[in-house]
Amino acid sequence: MARADVWREPLRAPAAMTKEGWGPPGAHLVLAAYVLVAIFPVVLIVMNSFKSRAAIFGEAYTPPRPGTFDLVGYETVFTRGHFEQYFSNSVAVTGLAIVLIVLLGAAVAFALSQYRFRGNTWLALYMAVGIMIPIRLGTVSILNLSSALGLANTLWSLVLVYTAQGLPLAVFILQLFMRQVPRDLLDAARIDGMSEYRIFGLVLPLVRPAVASVAVLTMIPIWNDLWFPLILAPGEATKTVTLGAQMFVGQFISDWNALLAALTLAMLPVLALYVVLSRQLIRGLTAGALK
Amino acid sequence: MGTRRPFPAHILVFIAPAVAIYTVFMVFPLFDSLRLSLYAPQGGGSVFAGLGNYVRLLTDPLYAPRFWGAVRHNLVFFAVHMLVQNPIGLVLAVALSSRRLRGRTVYRTLLFMPTVLSFVIVGFIWQLILSPLWGVGEAMMRMAGLGGYFRPWLGMEGPALVALSLISVWQFVGVPMLLFHAALLAIPDEFIEAARVDGASGWMTFWRIVFPLILPTVGVVAILTYVGNFNAFDLIYTVQGALAGPNFSTDILGTLFYRTFFGFQLQLGNPTMGATISGAMFALIMAGVLLYVFVWQRRVQVYEL
Repeated sequence: MARADVWREPLRAPAAMTKEGWGPPGAHLVLAAYVLVAIFPVVLIVMNSFKSRAAIFGEAYTPPRPGTFDLVGYETVFTRGHFEQYFSNSVAVTGLAIVLIVLLGAAVAFALSQYRFRGNTWLALYMAVGIMIPIRLGTVSILNLSSALGLANTLWSLVLVYTAQGLPLAVFILQLFMRQVPRDLLDAARIDGMSEYRIFGLVLPLVRPAVASVAVLTMIPIWNDLWFPLILAPGEATKTVTLGAQMFVGQFISDWNALLAALTLAMLPVLALYVVLSRQLIRGLTAGALK
Repeated sequence: MGTRRPFPAHILVFIAPAVAIYTVFMVFPLFDSLRLSLYAPQGGGSVFAGLGNYVRLLTDPLYAPRFWGAVRHNLVFFAVHMLVQNPIGLVLAVALSSRRLRGRTVYRTLLFMPTVLSFVIVGFIWQLILSPLWGVGEAMMRMAGLGGYFRPWLGMEGPALVALSLISVWQFVGVPMLLFHAALLAIPDEFIEAARVDGASGWMTFWRIVFPLILPTVGVVAILTYVGNFNAFDLIYTVQGALAGPNFSTDILGTLFYRTFFGFQLQLGNPTMGATISGAMFALIMAGVLLYVFVWQRRVQVYEL
Protein backbone atom coordinates (compact mmCIF):
# COMPACT_ATOMS: atom_id res chain seq x y z
CA MET A 1 0.00 0.00 0.00
CA ALA A 2 0.94 3.59 -0.20
CA ARG A 3 3.89 5.06 1.51
CA ALA A 4 3.23 8.67 2.21
CA ASP A 5 6.84 9.56 2.78
CA VAL A 6 8.13 8.88 -0.75
CA TRP A 7 8.20 12.56 -1.51
CA ARG A 8 10.61 13.27 1.26
CA GLU A 9 13.77 14.98 0.14
CA PRO A 10 16.93 12.95 0.30
CA LEU A 11 19.22 13.96 3.10
CA ARG A 12 21.53 16.70 2.02
CA ALA A 13 25.16 17.09 2.90
CA PRO A 14 25.83 20.82 2.60
CA ALA A 15 29.54 20.50 3.34
CA ALA A 16 30.06 17.97 0.55
CA MET A 17 28.03 20.12 -1.79
CA THR A 18 30.16 23.22 -1.49
CA LYS A 19 33.20 21.06 -2.09
CA GLU A 20 31.66 19.56 -5.21
CA GLY A 21 30.59 22.92 -6.66
CA TRP A 22 27.37 23.48 -8.54
CA GLY A 23 26.66 20.01 -9.78
CA PRO A 24 26.40 18.82 -13.38
CA PRO A 25 26.58 21.75 -15.84
CA GLY A 26 24.41 19.94 -18.40
CA ALA A 27 21.53 19.79 -15.94
CA HIS A 28 21.91 23.48 -15.14
CA LEU A 29 21.84 24.31 -18.84
CA VAL A 30 18.61 22.38 -19.48
CA LEU A 31 16.89 23.73 -16.37
CA ALA A 32 17.96 27.34 -16.82
CA ALA A 33 16.89 27.31 -20.47
CA TYR A 34 13.47 26.00 -19.59
CA VAL A 35 13.11 28.42 -16.68
CA LEU A 36 13.37 31.19 -19.27
CA VAL A 37 10.59 29.60 -21.32
CA ALA A 38 8.44 29.23 -18.21
CA ILE A 39 8.76 32.69 -16.74
CA PHE A 40 9.44 34.97 -19.72
CA PRO A 41 5.78 35.33 -20.81
CA VAL A 42 4.72 36.18 -17.27
CA VAL A 43 7.53 38.66 -16.73
CA LEU A 44 6.75 40.30 -20.06
CA ILE A 45 3.10 40.88 -19.12
CA VAL A 46 3.84 42.19 -15.62
CA MET A 47 6.62 44.46 -16.85
CA ASN A 48 4.59 46.01 -19.64
CA SER A 49 1.56 46.60 -17.43
CA PHE A 50 3.53 49.44 -15.80
CA LYS A 51 4.33 51.20 -19.07
CA SER A 52 2.72 53.74 -21.35
CA ARG A 53 0.98 52.55 -24.48
CA ALA A 54 3.76 53.82 -26.72
CA ALA A 55 6.38 51.97 -24.67
CA ILE A 56 4.39 48.73 -24.68
CA PHE A 57 4.67 48.66 -28.44
CA GLY A 58 7.93 50.53 -28.85
CA GLU A 59 10.15 48.81 -26.32
CA ALA A 60 8.38 45.72 -25.10
CA TYR A 61 11.46 44.01 -23.66
CA THR A 62 12.83 46.70 -21.36
CA PRO A 63 11.65 47.18 -17.80
CA PRO A 64 9.71 50.39 -17.15
CA ARG A 65 11.95 53.43 -16.62
CA PRO A 66 11.08 57.00 -15.61
CA GLY A 67 10.14 58.04 -19.16
CA THR A 68 7.93 55.04 -19.85
CA PHE A 69 6.48 54.26 -16.42
CA ASP A 70 2.72 54.67 -16.49
CA LEU A 71 -0.12 53.42 -14.28
CA VAL A 72 -2.91 54.38 -16.65
CA GLY A 73 -3.86 50.71 -17.12
CA TYR A 74 -4.42 50.26 -13.40
CA GLU A 75 -6.48 53.46 -13.26
CA THR A 76 -8.77 52.10 -15.96
CA VAL A 77 -9.09 48.76 -14.19
CA PHE A 78 -9.96 50.33 -10.87
CA THR A 79 -12.41 52.87 -12.26
CA ARG A 80 -14.13 50.65 -14.85
CA GLY A 81 -13.88 47.16 -13.38
CA HIS A 82 -14.97 45.94 -9.98
CA PHE A 83 -11.88 44.00 -9.11
CA GLU A 84 -12.11 44.65 -5.35
CA GLN A 85 -15.51 43.03 -5.41
CA TYR A 86 -14.26 40.10 -7.52
CA PHE A 87 -11.36 39.59 -5.16
CA SER A 88 -13.52 39.47 -2.07
CA ASN A 89 -15.86 37.02 -3.81
CA SER A 90 -12.97 34.76 -4.78
CA VAL A 91 -11.46 34.95 -1.31
CA ALA A 92 -14.81 34.13 0.31
CA VAL A 93 -15.58 31.20 -1.99
CA THR A 94 -12.09 29.72 -1.93
CA GLY A 95 -11.58 30.27 1.80
CA LEU A 96 -14.89 28.76 2.83
CA ALA A 97 -14.53 25.80 0.49
CA ILE A 98 -11.01 25.08 1.78
CA VAL A 99 -12.13 25.17 5.41
CA LEU A 100 -14.98 22.77 4.65
CA ILE A 101 -12.79 20.46 2.56
CA VAL A 102 -10.05 20.24 5.16
CA LEU A 103 -12.32 19.89 8.18
CA LEU A 104 -14.89 17.50 6.74
CA GLY A 105 -12.29 15.62 4.71
CA ALA A 106 -10.09 15.15 7.78
CA ALA A 107 -13.06 13.84 9.75
CA VAL A 108 -13.78 11.16 7.15
CA ALA A 109 -10.10 10.34 6.83
CA PHE A 110 -9.91 10.00 10.60
CA ALA A 111 -12.88 7.63 10.70
CA LEU A 112 -11.49 5.56 7.81
CA SER A 113 -8.03 5.25 9.30
CA GLN A 114 -8.96 4.79 12.98
CA TYR A 115 -12.05 2.61 13.10
CA ARG A 116 -12.96 -0.69 11.57
CA PHE A 117 -16.65 -0.37 10.93
CA ARG A 118 -19.16 -1.94 8.59
CA GLY A 119 -18.67 -0.53 5.08
CA ASN A 120 -15.27 1.00 5.80
CA THR A 121 -13.79 -0.25 2.53
CA TRP A 122 -16.90 0.71 0.58
CA LEU A 123 -16.84 4.22 1.97
CA ALA A 124 -13.15 4.60 1.02
CA LEU A 125 -13.95 3.41 -2.49
CA TYR A 126 -17.03 5.61 -2.75
CA MET A 127 -15.04 8.70 -1.83
CA ALA A 128 -12.16 7.74 -4.13
CA VAL A 129 -14.36 7.48 -7.22
CA GLY A 130 -14.61 11.26 -7.31
CA ILE A 131 -10.87 11.69 -7.78
CA MET A 132 -10.96 10.57 -11.37
CA ILE A 133 -14.35 11.78 -12.59
CA PRO A 134 -14.57 15.50 -13.40
CA ILE A 135 -17.50 17.06 -11.54
CA ARG A 136 -18.21 19.17 -14.63
CA LEU A 137 -19.92 16.21 -16.23
CA GLY A 138 -22.78 16.70 -13.78
CA THR A 139 -23.19 20.38 -14.63
CA VAL A 140 -26.70 20.10 -16.12
CA SER A 141 -28.04 18.61 -12.90
CA ILE A 142 -25.95 20.86 -10.68
CA LEU A 143 -27.55 23.88 -12.29
CA ASN A 144 -31.03 22.38 -11.85
CA LEU A 145 -30.21 21.53 -8.24
CA SER A 146 -28.86 24.95 -7.43
CA SER A 147 -31.96 26.69 -8.76
CA ALA A 148 -34.21 24.19 -6.98
CA LEU A 149 -32.45 24.97 -3.71
CA GLY A 150 -32.64 28.70 -4.37
CA LEU A 151 -28.87 28.93 -4.67
CA ALA A 152 -28.69 30.17 -8.25
CA ASN A 153 -26.37 33.15 -8.56
CA THR A 154 -25.14 32.86 -5.00
CA LEU A 155 -21.62 32.24 -3.79
CA TRP A 156 -22.99 29.32 -1.75
CA SER A 157 -23.63 27.28 -4.86
CA LEU A 158 -19.95 27.63 -5.75
CA VAL A 159 -18.79 26.81 -2.22
CA LEU A 160 -20.82 23.61 -2.06
CA VAL A 161 -19.83 22.42 -5.52
CA TYR A 162 -16.15 23.09 -4.88
CA THR A 163 -16.34 21.36 -1.51
CA ALA A 164 -17.82 18.27 -3.15
CA GLN A 165 -15.15 18.46 -5.84
CA GLY A 166 -12.26 18.78 -3.37
CA LEU A 167 -13.31 16.18 -0.78
CA PRO A 168 -12.28 12.96 -2.57
CA LEU A 169 -8.62 13.91 -2.98
CA ALA A 170 -8.51 15.43 0.53
CA VAL A 171 -9.84 12.25 2.12
CA PHE A 172 -7.44 10.12 0.10
CA ILE A 173 -4.32 12.09 1.00
CA LEU A 174 -5.23 12.73 4.64
CA GLN A 175 -5.95 9.10 5.40
CA LEU A 176 -2.53 8.11 4.03
CA PHE A 177 -0.98 10.38 6.61
CA MET A 178 -3.36 9.58 9.45
CA ARG A 179 -2.53 5.89 9.17
CA GLN A 180 1.01 6.78 10.19
CA VAL A 181 0.01 8.35 13.49
CA PRO A 182 1.11 5.85 16.16
CA ARG A 183 -1.87 3.93 17.54
CA ASP A 184 -0.36 3.73 21.02
CA LEU A 185 -0.59 7.47 21.34
CA LEU A 186 -4.31 7.44 20.63
CA ASP A 187 -4.94 4.44 22.83
CA ALA A 188 -3.18 6.21 25.67
CA ALA A 189 -5.46 9.20 25.13
CA ARG A 190 -8.49 6.89 25.20
CA ILE A 191 -7.37 5.34 28.46
CA ASP A 192 -7.07 8.86 29.85
CA GLY A 193 -10.78 9.19 29.09
CA MET A 194 -10.61 11.50 26.10
CA SER A 195 -13.65 11.46 23.85
CA GLU A 196 -13.26 10.44 20.22
CA TYR A 197 -13.86 14.05 19.16
CA ARG A 198 -11.02 15.27 21.39
CA ILE A 199 -8.79 12.59 19.91
CA PHE A 200 -9.63 13.87 16.43
CA GLY A 201 -8.59 17.29 17.65
CA LEU A 202 -5.36 15.70 18.85
CA VAL A 203 -4.58 14.01 15.53
CA LEU A 204 -5.29 17.00 13.31
CA PRO A 205 -2.23 19.02 14.40
CA LEU A 206 -0.08 15.91 14.01
CA VAL A 207 -0.79 15.76 10.29
CA ARG A 208 -0.48 19.51 9.84
CA PRO A 209 1.91 19.27 6.85
CA ALA A 210 -0.59 17.05 5.04
CA VAL A 211 -3.42 19.45 5.88
CA ALA A 212 -1.40 22.33 4.45
CA SER A 213 -0.67 20.34 1.29
CA VAL A 214 -4.31 19.46 0.79
CA ALA A 215 -5.34 23.06 1.35
CA VAL A 216 -2.96 24.44 -1.27
CA LEU A 217 -3.57 21.63 -3.70
CA THR A 218 -7.34 22.05 -3.68
CA MET A 219 -7.23 25.82 -3.51
CA ILE A 220 -5.61 26.44 -6.88
CA PRO A 221 -8.21 24.82 -9.15
CA ILE A 222 -10.97 26.52 -7.15
CA TRP A 223 -9.45 29.98 -7.42
CA ASN A 224 -8.72 29.50 -11.13
CA ASP A 225 -11.99 27.92 -12.20
CA LEU A 226 -13.96 29.59 -14.96
CA TRP A 227 -16.61 26.95 -15.69
CA PHE A 228 -18.76 27.04 -12.55
CA PRO A 229 -18.69 30.81 -11.97
CA LEU A 230 -19.73 31.22 -15.61
CA ILE A 231 -22.62 28.78 -15.26
CA LEU A 232 -23.74 28.98 -11.63
CA ALA A 233 -22.99 32.56 -10.60
CA PRO A 234 -22.38 34.87 -13.57
CA GLY A 235 -24.12 37.87 -11.96
CA GLU A 236 -22.13 41.05 -11.34
CA ALA A 237 -22.40 40.68 -7.55
CA THR A 238 -21.06 37.13 -7.48
CA LYS A 239 -18.31 37.23 -10.11
CA THR A 240 -15.02 35.70 -9.07
CA VAL A 241 -11.65 37.10 -10.14
CA THR A 242 -11.20 34.55 -12.88
CA LEU A 243 -14.59 35.24 -14.44
CA GLY A 244 -14.26 38.98 -13.81
CA ALA A 245 -10.88 39.09 -15.53
CA GLN A 246 -12.21 37.00 -18.40
CA MET A 247 -15.11 39.38 -18.99
CA PHE A 248 -13.11 42.53 -18.39
CA VAL A 249 -10.44 41.55 -20.89
CA GLY A 250 -13.13 40.65 -23.39
CA GLN A 251 -14.52 44.18 -23.16
CA PHE A 252 -11.22 46.04 -23.17
CA ILE A 253 -9.55 43.96 -25.84
CA SER A 254 -8.15 47.04 -27.60
CA ASP A 255 -7.02 48.90 -24.47
CA TRP A 256 -3.62 47.30 -23.99
CA ASN A 257 -2.76 49.16 -20.79
CA ALA A 258 -5.95 48.01 -19.09
CA LEU A 259 -5.53 44.53 -20.50
CA LEU A 260 -2.05 44.02 -19.13
CA ALA A 261 -2.96 45.62 -15.80
CA ALA A 262 -5.99 43.37 -15.40
CA LEU A 263 -3.95 40.25 -16.16
CA THR A 264 -1.26 41.30 -13.71
CA LEU A 265 -3.79 42.02 -10.98
CA ALA A 266 -5.47 38.67 -11.53
CA MET A 267 -2.27 36.67 -11.34
CA LEU A 268 -0.16 38.44 -8.71
CA PRO A 269 -2.08 37.21 -5.65
CA VAL A 270 -1.82 33.62 -6.87
CA LEU A 271 1.88 33.99 -7.59
CA ALA A 272 2.56 35.60 -4.22
CA LEU A 273 0.73 32.81 -2.44
CA TYR A 274 2.54 30.25 -4.55
CA VAL A 275 5.95 31.58 -3.59
CA VAL A 276 4.99 31.26 0.08
CA LEU A 277 3.33 27.85 -0.16
CA SER A 278 5.11 26.09 -3.02
CA ARG A 279 6.71 23.54 -0.72
CA GLN A 280 3.34 22.36 0.60
CA LEU A 281 1.87 22.34 -2.88
CA ILE A 282 4.61 20.26 -4.40
CA ARG A 283 4.55 17.82 -1.53
CA GLY A 284 0.79 17.42 -1.78
CA LEU A 285 0.88 16.88 -5.50
CA THR A 286 3.46 14.13 -5.35
CA ALA A 287 1.88 12.44 -2.34
CA GLY A 288 -1.48 12.41 -4.09
CA ALA A 289 -0.32 10.85 -7.32
CA LEU A 290 2.26 8.37 -6.12
CA LYS A 291 -0.08 6.10 -4.28
CA MET B 1 -20.48 -9.62 14.31
CA GLY B 2 -23.51 -11.92 14.62
CA THR B 3 -25.57 -9.49 16.66
CA ARG B 4 -26.22 -6.24 14.81
CA ARG B 5 -24.95 -3.50 16.98
CA PRO B 6 -26.13 0.00 16.15
CA PHE B 7 -23.67 1.99 14.05
CA PRO B 8 -21.44 3.96 16.45
CA ALA B 9 -22.70 7.52 16.70
CA HIS B 10 -19.31 9.22 16.71
CA ILE B 11 -18.33 7.57 13.42
CA LEU B 12 -21.55 8.85 11.91
CA VAL B 13 -20.72 12.35 13.10
CA PHE B 14 -17.31 12.12 11.45
CA ILE B 15 -18.48 10.86 8.08
CA ALA B 16 -22.00 12.25 7.62
CA PRO B 17 -21.32 15.91 6.68
CA ALA B 18 -18.69 15.14 4.03
CA VAL B 19 -20.62 12.22 2.60
CA ALA B 20 -23.77 14.36 2.43
CA ILE B 21 -22.15 17.24 0.53
CA TYR B 22 -20.23 14.89 -1.76
CA THR B 23 -23.32 12.84 -2.51
CA VAL B 24 -25.70 15.73 -3.09
CA PHE B 25 -23.38 17.95 -5.14
CA MET B 26 -21.25 15.45 -6.97
CA VAL B 27 -22.50 11.86 -7.05
CA PHE B 28 -26.18 12.68 -7.44
CA PRO B 29 -25.62 15.23 -10.25
CA LEU B 30 -23.43 12.77 -12.14
CA PHE B 31 -26.12 10.07 -12.01
CA ASP B 32 -28.96 12.51 -12.56
CA SER B 33 -27.15 13.85 -15.61
CA LEU B 34 -26.89 10.36 -17.02
CA ARG B 35 -30.59 9.86 -16.32
CA LEU B 36 -31.48 13.15 -18.05
CA SER B 37 -29.60 12.04 -21.14
CA LEU B 38 -32.21 9.29 -21.55
CA TYR B 39 -35.10 11.78 -21.79
CA ALA B 40 -36.27 14.06 -24.56
CA PRO B 41 -38.26 17.27 -24.08
CA GLN B 42 -41.84 17.06 -25.29
CA GLY B 43 -44.41 19.81 -24.89
CA GLY B 44 -43.91 21.17 -21.38
CA GLY B 45 -42.47 17.98 -19.89
CA SER B 46 -40.16 15.26 -21.05
CA VAL B 47 -40.53 11.66 -22.15
CA PHE B 48 -38.26 8.67 -21.79
CA ALA B 49 -36.29 8.27 -24.98
CA GLY B 50 -33.94 5.43 -24.13
CA LEU B 51 -30.70 5.77 -26.01
CA GLY B 52 -32.40 7.96 -28.61
CA ASN B 53 -30.34 11.02 -27.69
CA TYR B 54 -27.10 9.08 -28.05
CA VAL B 55 -28.18 7.76 -31.45
CA ARG B 56 -28.99 11.32 -32.41
CA LEU B 57 -25.64 12.58 -31.17
CA LEU B 58 -23.77 9.98 -33.19
CA THR B 59 -25.80 10.10 -36.41
CA ASP B 60 -27.96 13.24 -36.71
CA PRO B 61 -26.40 15.61 -39.29
CA LEU B 62 -27.01 18.46 -36.84
CA TYR B 63 -24.93 16.89 -34.07
CA ALA B 64 -22.76 14.11 -35.45
CA PRO B 65 -20.19 16.16 -37.40
CA ARG B 66 -19.66 18.50 -34.43
CA PHE B 67 -19.44 15.61 -32.00
CA TRP B 68 -16.95 13.57 -34.01
CA GLY B 69 -14.99 16.72 -34.77
CA ALA B 70 -14.77 17.48 -31.04
CA VAL B 71 -13.69 13.93 -30.23
CA ARG B 72 -10.98 14.18 -32.86
CA HIS B 73 -9.82 17.54 -31.50
CA ASN B 74 -9.70 16.15 -27.98
CA LEU B 75 -7.53 13.31 -29.22
CA VAL B 76 -5.18 15.75 -30.96
CA PHE B 77 -5.04 17.81 -27.77
CA PHE B 78 -4.20 14.67 -25.81
CA ALA B 79 -1.62 13.48 -28.37
CA VAL B 80 0.25 16.80 -28.30
CA HIS B 81 0.46 16.55 -24.51
CA MET B 82 1.73 12.98 -24.65
CA LEU B 83 4.30 13.73 -27.33
CA VAL B 84 5.52 17.13 -26.12
CA GLN B 85 4.55 17.82 -22.52
CA ASN B 86 5.40 14.48 -20.95
CA PRO B 87 8.79 13.97 -22.65
CA ILE B 88 9.83 17.53 -21.75
CA GLY B 89 8.61 16.87 -18.22
CA LEU B 90 10.73 13.74 -18.06
CA VAL B 91 13.85 15.50 -19.36
CA LEU B 92 13.40 18.30 -16.81
CA ALA B 93 12.83 15.76 -14.05
CA VAL B 94 16.01 13.90 -14.94
CA ALA B 95 17.98 17.16 -14.90
CA LEU B 96 16.30 18.16 -11.65
CA SER B 97 17.15 14.84 -10.02
CA SER B 98 20.82 14.82 -10.91
CA ARG B 99 22.91 14.34 -7.84
CA ARG B 100 24.64 17.23 -6.13
CA LEU B 101 22.53 19.73 -8.04
CA ARG B 102 22.54 23.13 -6.47
CA GLY B 103 19.47 25.35 -6.58
CA ARG B 104 17.08 22.43 -6.98
CA THR B 105 14.27 24.09 -5.03
CA VAL B 106 14.58 27.34 -6.95
CA TYR B 107 14.42 25.56 -10.30
CA ARG B 108 11.48 23.46 -9.19
CA THR B 109 9.55 26.45 -7.93
CA LEU B 110 10.11 28.48 -11.10
CA LEU B 111 9.38 25.60 -13.47
CA PHE B 112 6.13 24.77 -11.77
CA MET B 113 4.98 28.39 -11.62
CA PRO B 114 2.88 28.53 -14.83
CA THR B 115 0.80 25.61 -13.57
CA VAL B 116 -0.71 27.62 -10.72
CA LEU B 117 -2.05 30.31 -13.07
CA SER B 118 -5.58 29.99 -14.40
CA PHE B 119 -6.30 28.88 -17.94
CA VAL B 120 -7.89 32.28 -18.43
CA ILE B 121 -4.71 34.19 -17.61
CA VAL B 122 -2.51 31.82 -19.57
CA GLY B 123 -4.82 31.98 -22.58
CA PHE B 124 -4.75 35.77 -22.63
CA ILE B 125 -1.01 35.97 -22.07
CA TRP B 126 -0.33 33.82 -25.12
CA GLN B 127 -3.02 35.50 -27.16
CA LEU B 128 -1.18 38.77 -26.60
CA ILE B 129 2.25 37.30 -27.27
CA LEU B 130 1.12 35.59 -30.46
CA SER B 131 -0.79 38.66 -31.60
CA PRO B 132 0.66 40.13 -34.80
CA LEU B 133 -0.46 43.50 -33.42
CA TRP B 134 2.03 43.46 -30.56
CA GLY B 135 4.56 41.50 -32.57
CA VAL B 136 6.43 40.14 -29.55
CA GLY B 137 6.27 36.53 -30.72
CA GLU B 138 7.31 37.51 -34.20
CA ALA B 139 10.25 39.58 -32.94
CA MET B 140 11.46 36.66 -30.81
CA MET B 141 11.36 34.32 -33.77
CA ARG B 142 13.23 36.87 -35.85
CA MET B 143 15.95 36.90 -33.21
CA ALA B 144 16.21 33.13 -33.57
CA GLY B 145 16.42 33.55 -37.35
CA LEU B 146 12.94 32.12 -37.85
CA GLY B 147 11.11 35.40 -38.48
CA GLY B 148 9.80 34.21 -41.82
CA TYR B 149 7.93 31.35 -40.20
CA PHE B 150 5.74 33.45 -37.92
CA ARG B 151 2.02 33.25 -38.63
CA PRO B 152 -1.05 34.34 -36.64
CA TRP B 153 -1.53 30.69 -35.73
CA LEU B 154 -4.48 31.18 -33.37
CA GLY B 155 -6.52 32.55 -36.25
CA MET B 156 -5.68 29.78 -38.70
CA GLU B 157 -7.89 26.74 -39.05
CA GLY B 158 -5.15 24.15 -39.27
CA PRO B 159 -2.57 25.24 -36.67
CA ALA B 160 -4.92 26.84 -34.10
CA LEU B 161 -5.62 23.59 -32.24
CA VAL B 162 -1.95 22.63 -32.06
CA ALA B 163 -1.07 26.15 -30.92
CA LEU B 164 -3.66 25.93 -28.13
CA SER B 165 -2.41 22.49 -27.14
CA LEU B 166 1.12 23.86 -26.91
CA ILE B 167 -0.09 26.74 -24.74
CA SER B 168 -1.58 24.16 -22.40
CA VAL B 169 1.69 22.17 -22.56
CA TRP B 170 3.56 25.31 -21.53
CA GLN B 171 1.26 25.68 -18.56
CA PHE B 172 1.21 22.09 -17.32
CA VAL B 173 4.67 20.71 -18.03
CA GLY B 174 5.41 21.12 -14.31
CA VAL B 175 3.01 18.34 -13.36
CA PRO B 176 4.73 15.43 -15.16
CA MET B 177 8.05 16.99 -14.16
CA LEU B 178 7.21 16.78 -10.45
CA LEU B 179 5.76 13.30 -10.64
CA PHE B 180 8.76 11.93 -12.54
CA HIS B 181 11.06 13.81 -10.19
CA ALA B 182 9.51 12.15 -7.14
CA ALA B 183 9.76 8.74 -8.81
CA LEU B 184 13.41 9.32 -9.69
CA LEU B 185 14.31 10.39 -6.15
CA ALA B 186 12.89 7.10 -4.88
CA ILE B 187 15.44 5.07 -6.87
CA PRO B 188 18.34 4.10 -4.60
CA ASP B 189 21.70 5.47 -5.70
CA GLU B 190 23.26 1.99 -5.43
CA PHE B 191 21.29 0.82 -8.49
CA ILE B 192 22.80 3.51 -10.65
CA GLU B 193 26.26 3.05 -9.20
CA ALA B 194 26.15 -0.70 -9.76
CA ALA B 195 25.27 -0.15 -13.41
CA ARG B 196 28.09 2.34 -13.75
CA VAL B 197 30.55 -0.06 -12.18
CA ASP B 198 29.43 -2.69 -14.67
CA GLY B 199 30.41 -0.27 -17.41
CA ALA B 200 26.98 0.90 -18.58
CA SER B 201 26.86 4.34 -20.20
CA GLY B 202 24.58 7.04 -18.80
CA TRP B 203 22.19 6.54 -21.71
CA MET B 204 22.06 2.78 -21.20
CA THR B 205 21.64 3.15 -17.44
CA PHE B 206 18.67 5.39 -18.03
CA TRP B 207 16.82 3.13 -20.47
CA ARG B 208 17.72 -0.22 -18.87
CA ILE B 209 17.57 0.65 -15.17
CA VAL B 210 15.87 3.95 -14.49
CA PHE B 211 13.08 3.96 -17.06
CA PRO B 212 11.68 0.51 -16.15
CA LEU B 213 11.65 1.63 -12.51
CA ILE B 214 9.57 4.74 -13.23
CA LEU B 215 7.23 3.01 -15.68
CA PRO B 216 4.35 3.03 -13.16
CA THR B 217 4.65 6.83 -13.02
CA VAL B 218 4.52 6.99 -16.82
CA GLY B 219 1.10 5.35 -16.53
CA VAL B 220 -0.06 7.77 -13.81
CA VAL B 221 1.05 10.72 -15.92
CA ALA B 222 -0.70 9.34 -19.00
CA ILE B 223 -4.02 8.81 -17.26
CA LEU B 224 -3.87 12.23 -15.56
CA THR B 225 -3.15 13.81 -18.95
CA TYR B 226 -6.06 11.94 -20.50
CA VAL B 227 -8.60 12.97 -17.86
CA GLY B 228 -7.30 16.56 -17.68
CA ASN B 229 -7.84 16.84 -21.42
CA PHE B 230 -11.61 16.87 -20.82
CA ASN B 231 -11.33 19.95 -18.61
CA ALA B 232 -9.68 22.14 -21.25
CA PHE B 233 -12.85 24.15 -21.83
CA ASP B 234 -11.54 27.24 -20.00
CA LEU B 235 -8.59 27.71 -22.35
CA ILE B 236 -10.51 27.32 -25.59
CA TYR B 237 -13.39 29.47 -24.34
CA THR B 238 -11.01 32.22 -23.28
CA VAL B 239 -8.94 32.33 -26.45
CA GLN B 240 -11.43 31.36 -29.14
CA GLY B 241 -14.83 31.93 -27.53
CA ALA B 242 -17.70 29.47 -27.18
CA LEU B 243 -17.78 28.92 -30.95
CA ALA B 244 -14.21 27.54 -30.76
CA GLY B 245 -13.14 29.23 -33.96
CA PRO B 246 -11.90 29.61 -36.56
CA ASN B 247 -14.75 27.63 -38.06
CA PHE B 248 -14.99 25.19 -35.10
CA SER B 249 -11.44 24.00 -35.73
CA THR B 250 -10.65 24.11 -31.99
CA ASP B 251 -14.01 22.79 -30.81
CA ILE B 252 -13.47 20.17 -28.10
CA LEU B 253 -16.05 18.24 -26.10
CA GLY B 254 -16.03 20.86 -23.34
CA THR B 255 -16.99 23.74 -25.63
CA LEU B 256 -19.51 21.57 -27.51
CA PHE B 257 -21.06 20.60 -24.16
CA TYR B 258 -21.29 24.25 -23.13
CA ARG B 259 -22.89 25.42 -26.41
CA THR B 260 -25.33 22.55 -26.57
CA PHE B 261 -26.41 22.83 -22.95
CA PHE B 262 -26.50 26.61 -22.64
CA GLY B 263 -27.20 27.65 -26.19
CA PHE B 264 -25.25 30.27 -28.01
CA GLN B 265 -26.35 33.14 -30.22
CA LEU B 266 -29.15 31.73 -32.40
CA GLN B 267 -28.92 28.20 -31.10
CA LEU B 268 -31.22 27.43 -28.17
CA GLY B 269 -29.92 25.56 -25.14
CA ASN B 270 -30.88 21.92 -24.86
CA PRO B 271 -30.29 20.42 -21.40
CA THR B 272 -31.02 16.83 -22.37
CA MET B 273 -28.66 16.90 -25.35
CA GLY B 274 -26.11 18.64 -23.07
CA ALA B 275 -26.51 15.79 -20.60
CA THR B 276 -26.07 13.37 -23.49
CA ILE B 277 -22.75 14.94 -24.42
CA SER B 278 -21.58 14.78 -20.82
CA GLY B 279 -22.69 11.14 -20.81
CA ALA B 280 -20.54 10.51 -23.87
CA MET B 281 -17.61 12.25 -22.17
CA PHE B 282 -18.18 10.09 -19.12
CA ALA B 283 -18.01 6.97 -21.32
CA LEU B 284 -14.77 8.16 -22.93
CA ILE B 285 -13.17 8.90 -19.54
CA MET B 286 -14.30 5.57 -18.11
CA ALA B 287 -12.90 3.78 -21.15
CA GLY B 288 -9.54 5.42 -20.54
CA VAL B 289 -9.54 4.74 -16.80
CA LEU B 290 -10.58 1.10 -17.26
CA LEU B 291 -7.92 0.59 -19.90
CA TYR B 292 -5.42 1.99 -17.44
CA VAL B 293 -6.56 -0.11 -14.49
CA PHE B 294 -7.16 -3.41 -16.25
CA VAL B 295 -4.60 -3.40 -19.05
CA TRP B 296 -1.75 -1.12 -18.04
CA GLN B 297 -1.68 -1.78 -14.30
CA ARG B 298 -1.95 -5.55 -14.86
CA ARG B 299 0.87 -5.63 -17.37
CA VAL B 300 3.37 -3.21 -15.95
CA GLN B 301 5.93 -4.65 -13.60
CA VAL B 302 6.18 -2.74 -10.33
CA TYR B 303 9.48 -3.12 -8.53
CA GLU B 304 9.56 -2.68 -4.77
CA LEU B 305 12.34 -0.22 -3.98
